[in-house]
Amino acid sequence: MASDHDWDRETVERIATSLKDTPGALMPILRQVQDELGWIPPGSIPLIAGVLNLSRAEVHGVASFYHDFRHHPPGRFVIQVCRAESCQAMGGGALAEHIRQRLGVDFGETTRDRNFTLEPVYCLGNCACSPAIVVAGELMGRVTAGRFDRLIANLDGSRR
Amino acid sequence: MGAEAVAGEVADQAKRRRMDVEIVRNGSRGLYWLEPMVEVATESGRLAYGPVAASDVASLFEAGFLGGGKHRLALGATGEIPYLKLQERLTFARVGIIDPVSLDDYLAHGGYRGLERALGLAGMQVVDEVTASGLRGRGGAGFPAGIKWKTTLQTAAKQKYVVCNADEGDSGTFADRMIMEGDPFVLLEGMTIAGLAVGATQGYIYLRSEYPHALGTLNAAIATAVTRGYLGENVRGSGKAFRIEVRVGAGAYICGEETAMLESLEGRRGMVRYKPPVPAVEGLFSAPTVVNNVITLATIPVIIEKGGNFYKEFGMGRSRGTSPFQLAGNLKHPGLVEKAFGVTLRELVYEYGGGTASGRPVRAVQVGGPLGSYFPDSMLDVAMDYEAVAAQGGILGHGGIVVFDDTVDLARMARYAMEFCAIESCGKCTPCRIGSTRGMELIDHIIGNRDRAASAALLRDLCDTMTNASLCALGGLTPLPVMSALKHFPQDFGLVGERT
Repeated sequence: MASDHDWDRETVERIATSLKDTPGALMPILRQVQDELGWIPPGSIPLIAGVLNLSRAEVHGVASFYHDFRHHPPGRFVIQVCRAESCQAMGGGALAEHIRQRLGVDFGETTRDRNFTLEPVYCLGNCACSPAIVVAGELMGRVTAGRFDRLIANLDGSRR
Repeated sequence: MGAEAVAGEVADQAKRRRMDVEIVRNGSRGLYWLEPMVEVATESGRLAYGPVAASDVASLFEAGFLGGGKHRLALGATGEIPYLKLQERLTFARVGIIDPVSLDDYLAHGGYRGLERALGLAGMQVVDEVTASGLRGRGGAGFPAGIKWKTTLQTAAKQKYVVCNADEGDSGTFADRMIMEGDPFVLLEGMTIAGLAVGATQGYIYLRSEYPHALGTLNAAIATAVTRGYLGENVRGSGKAFRIEVRVGAGAYICGEETAMLESLEGRRGMVRYKPPVPAVEGLFSAPTVVNNVITLATIPVIIEKGGNFYKEFGMGRSRGTSPFQLAGNLKHPGLVEKAFGVTLRELVYEYGGGTASGRPVRAVQVGGPLGSYFPDSMLDVAMDYEAVAAQGGILGHGGIVVFDDTVDLARMARYAMEFCAIESCGKCTPCRIGSTRGMELIDHIIGNRDRAASAALLRDLCDTMTNASLCALGGLTPLPVMSALKHFPQDFGLVGERT
């Protein structure tokens, strides 16, 4: 399990050097680091800055601006719950509350067993099937408390 | 919605019954209450069944659905379903019909005819056709596309760009997503025509990270287009180059604002830029850049193929052509409705949308996304037209329509509008960066009946400042949902009868 001090330096080096000559390189680099590692380790900031010949402040500025870029490793499964208007119109607020209770964490937190990280998201583009959530990268529409509970039970019981 | 499981079950059942079926995953027609929808191609056309769950598939086979057999989920000929039949699908003509990543299917359904014609025209002639069509930016600003293209064409530079804004972040919108997932080639064709017209050789699609399926279909379509010579160093033997690359965003709503998007493409924080200079003159990497929304670009092929005059025959006033309205929220029949401008909001909500899913009365309709006004039932007769909606104190925006029943609390929605602004603010302008948080606090005071009247007066003053002193529409239009909520639903704030 990853801790804040545990990250793959070689992966970040590979990503940064392979993309360094792309126009506007910093964004594709951070995007790919996020996609492959699940977070942007603090130690990767000076590494990327070195490859691109940018200041650490500049890289930190971009890494800290965007909601997708995490600064702590996520749990095994990330659950993103849409909090925007269309989902609110179809009971998204009550669903979010149910999910908070069921997992025992608030938005932005990870369960103690590190199985689930709960995050807010503002529109998944699935607005004709509200309310919508994403669980481990899979989009679900017309979500009910019951469907959510069954899904979590399945994931909880799945093998590592 | 379980379509994957349905497709798997169809394949499974067919195998077990030793039947030879070809399954095409062709995306959605946009009638979401009928999804997962299964269509069967017969001699007399396509017949639809839906909503199909994996557990229904066996019974469909039993009923002989491959030959159009009767079944409780049978919907008849897809094209005859009134919700679809009454639409005017110019931009969405192929969505839900073709295999999205099949170039041959695209060509067989009239694809790339616009490009063929454009290749025989001078850049200015293409621009004139776009201007004649009356096409206005479908992202939300509604700026005439022809004027933008002309500006870029007439700005001399060694390198120019076409950037597609695919950061569809408004709640209640999914038209861009449907085009990218259902008919990606029409977007590629539109961008290519734009590039040839203005002299740009490189295109980017800035795609929000929340659309992973769109990323897949776009990249597949681009690869095919390159292989078949529709993109690359020599487009269709013209000697002209046009390349397209998809760039994925990172969850920032503000990157839907064109200059913040350009900053993000340049590898920076998504901070809004001052205009002038406009991107058409000085845009991506300081080069002349055409920035357009997905729908705007996806409408170009039909305009060039059939002519600007064909397109402008649809619509009303200064809103020419059609718009793919997106019906969302608490509706019985949510979905994609492409109609000429001029259809009323009431018609969309009730005749297409079918009223609320909950069965309770419609109380408020938010038009144009999170920065749009809330309309009460009494205002639903407004025509969907840029100027008509503005005259009612709202914005048409990207055409998203979110319906709320009478359980909605407009004070909470107003608070959410401020909260969203606070979360998504790029931080450049004080009224947006700080005002949004102060706005949340003021609304909390009003809801909690602490200095209610004074807080309401201050909230109005704050909204005035945000409207007039914000650099972009995020801070500038957040007051729209807030003030419309205060104006039309004062009782939710406890303000009826009070002097504010």
